[in-house]
Amino acid sequence: MTPWREGLRSLKRYPSAALGVLIIAALVATAIYAVVSIPYSEAQKLWRGGDMWQDLPVNAGPVWADRLFGGDAPRTIKAESADAAVAEEAYEGVRIEQQRLEFDFPYSEFPSEVNLFLESDHEQRQPFVRTAWITPEGDEIPIEARRVGASERISISQNQALENRLGHAPQIGLFTSAAPDAEQPQVRGGEYTLLVETVHFEEQAKLDAELVVYGQVHGWAGTDHQRRDLSIALLWGTPIALAFGLLAAVGTTVTTLLIAATGVWYRGWVDATIQRLTEINIILPLLPVLVMIGTLYSTSIWLMLGVVVVLGIFSAGIKMYRAMLLPIREAPYIEAARSYGASNMRIIMRYMVPRILPVLIPTFVTLIPTYVFLEASLAVLGLGDPVLPTWGKVLYDAQDQSALYHGFYYWVLSPAALLMLTGLGFAMLGFALDRVFNPRLRNL
Amino acid sequence: MVRDLRRLAVFSGKRLVALFFTVVIGVYLTIFIANMGGQIDELRLAQIENEVAEEVRADPAFHDLPSERREELMEERIQMEVERLRLDEPFLVRSVDYLLQALSLDLGRAEEMHSDAGSRQVAQIILERLPATVLLFGTANLLVFFVAVFAALSLSRRYGSKLDRSVIALAPSSAAPAWFYGIFLVLLFSFMVPLFPSGGMVSAPPPEGGWAYAASVIKHMALPVAAMFIAQIFISIYSWRTFFLIHSSEDYVEMARAKGLPNNLIEQRYILRPTLSPIVTSFLLMLIGLWSGAIILEQVFNWPGLGTLLFEAIGHRDTPVIIGSVVIFAYLLAITVFVLDFLYAVLDPRVRIEGGQK
Repeated sequence: MTPWREGLRSLKRYPSAALGVLIIAALVATAIYAVVSIPYSEAQKLWRGGDMWQDLPVNAGPVWADRLFGGDAPRTIKAESADAAVAEEAYEGVRIEQQRLEFDFPYSEFPSEVNLFLESDHEQRQPFVRTAWITPEGDEIPIEARRVGASERISISQNQALENRLGHAPQIGLFTSAAPDAEQPQVRGGEYTLLVETVHFEEQAKLDAELVVYGQVHGWAGTDHQRRDLSIALLWGTPIALAFGLLAAVGTTVTTLLIAATGVWYRGWVDATIQRLTEINIILPLLPVLVMIGTLYSTSIWLMLGVVVVLGIFSAGIKMYRAMLLPIREAPYIEAARSYGASNMRIIMRYMVPRILPVLIPTFVTLIPTYVFLEASLAVLGLGDPVLPTWGKVLYDAQDQSALYHGFYYWVLSPAALLMLTGLGFAMLGFALDRVFNPRLRNL
Repeated sequence: MVRDLRRLAVFSGKRLVALFFTVVIGVYLTIFIANMGGQIDELRLAQIENEVAEEVRADPAFHDLPSERREELMEERIQMEVERLRLDEPFLVRSVDYLLQALSLDLGRAEEMHSDAGSRQVAQIILERLPATVLLFGTANLLVFFVAVFAALSLSRRYGSKLDRSVIALAPSSAAPAWFYGIFLVLLFSFMVPLFPSGGMVSAPPPEGGWAYAASVIKHMALPVAAMFIAQIFISIYSWRTFFLIHSSEDYVEMARAKGLPNNLIEQRYILRPTLSPIVTSFLLMLIGLWSGAIILEQVFNWPGLGTLLFEAIGHRDTPVIIGSVVIFAYLLAITVFVLDFLYAVLDPRVRIEGGQK
């Protein structure tokens, strides 16, 4: 074991290796955090999207990126019935409830959207709801009046009548101080109130209202076109990328080495078969085969992993290992092992393979990013696993929605940065290992 | 001399047979995968039934017929179509037929796709896309190859210098593939500073006149070529540099140096010439890589090459086109391997024709 320890010790001389190890450690820590904090099934459910994301803005950038460039883009603000001042008056068979949803708007930019979510637990007759907007100066702008069902989403920012009255899109008009004919609408900060006046026709009925003033920024990763928080995908992408890269790299390198050693030891038809299989495999182009399997069969990440490993086993590497193993086969100590009656398996596993294992380490480390990027490449082609949140899927969505064209840079940059970080971390370590373990490079 | 020639003939005959079988099996595997082991046929059968039913329903001439007669008619039409596509035979029989056709380069007609000129011939479709791929990947790969070899040669002479170390430090950047850098280049040079188009091969509509057309193509090529160059150049320089370093520490180079020969003579005669065969190998293999294009890079830049073609063909489940592309790729690779075997013998007298066996 001394050459190993020696090798690891001399690795310290390479600052790039230290940096690589640091990056890998950070990624592994992130992966563990992701798996522990969000269970696998939960991550899948969250990534499928749907109502659970309705309180988040569409295509919001990360908060820190906006603040970094001195922006003051609003975050999402919510005002709920639970915190609202409620006044009630009862009449003959009718009850009028007045809720004042109040909130403070301190930002200098407009919100991206305004929605009101209403939930009513009436039994027979639907309540009648009238809503009005009260500006910081106390002006009242009526919004609409209607009957509401059990669960309703009122999109105030898409209210055409309101837009016509205000002269701007509602999310701008409702927050503007100047006259509607002003060239550039100015944000007016301050205390706003949404007045929700409900006419209940039943004794016990209650109405829960939630006003959501959507921001332009959200969290540290932003959101996508389905309002999903990208941090889920960026976090969970880490364990998936590492697992895929690691399994594929280990699976291909170790089996390749074992098969090469078996072929060299047995010679004859075993070796010939392995060589022919390798040649056939080199003719099959990997990516098109993967695309074919992804399109025609299934895009499950585990199937892809299996195919990658199978096609990777009989790769050009087998020829390289064979060339290295051939002289070892004739080494005197193998002769000795044979003479005391060591089994074929023992000679292969204990005497031949360990000799070139050190050469394998760098190859294997530098292979990991290749497979991480392969998974991302498949996802970018639209062949990502449909249920798993991965970095490649985020990139695919971003490409699909022309994120760059619309200026949602964060959507492309954050998964790309993570991919690049992974690639760099493993590559830097791998290159340093190569110099340590590769005997031909040692004296250079 | 005669004995040598006979040996050469036997050797090349054996090689040819082995390579041919390799191609046969590789192509057959592709046929098998591309047909989902025959499952595509069932899909196609269902599709035919649907189409015929639609057709008969839509045609007013059939409305007055009694339903039995209509059924019969539909059945007849389906049968005709099935016979035309030979779906009534077992898949194994047909797959062998496919194989023979593919190997004789009779690529047949596409099922869904057609060339821009409207031809249904697979060969036409592939030929139409080939120039785009060769232009883009040829430019990029030749650039990378020659820059890398010469930069590596000069770096290996300046081993340990600042320049050398910084190039080595940059080598890990090649962990990311070209499409990845492509995305950033598009972000920078198409959207932030709009200097280059973000995709396509020529602007639409194509400019009149040869020069304007060429200028437009070059402008569209700039970003993808740059992406490939960035993705490959540092790792190529790194590996060539290591290669030259190993060879320049050989005894005969030390000897030449001790004799006091000028540097460029040592480079050309003592380092470059003995290393010529690996250089030629990787050059040829690089050329082969050209033919297949790069699916994702072509997708990212919307480049109308073979990669895009293959991707579309797979998406359309257009088996003849898929098989056509793979067959051509397999043939080219086999021919290259064959040519390489000869080149080794010519370039490097150390390599025996028998392939190193005593």
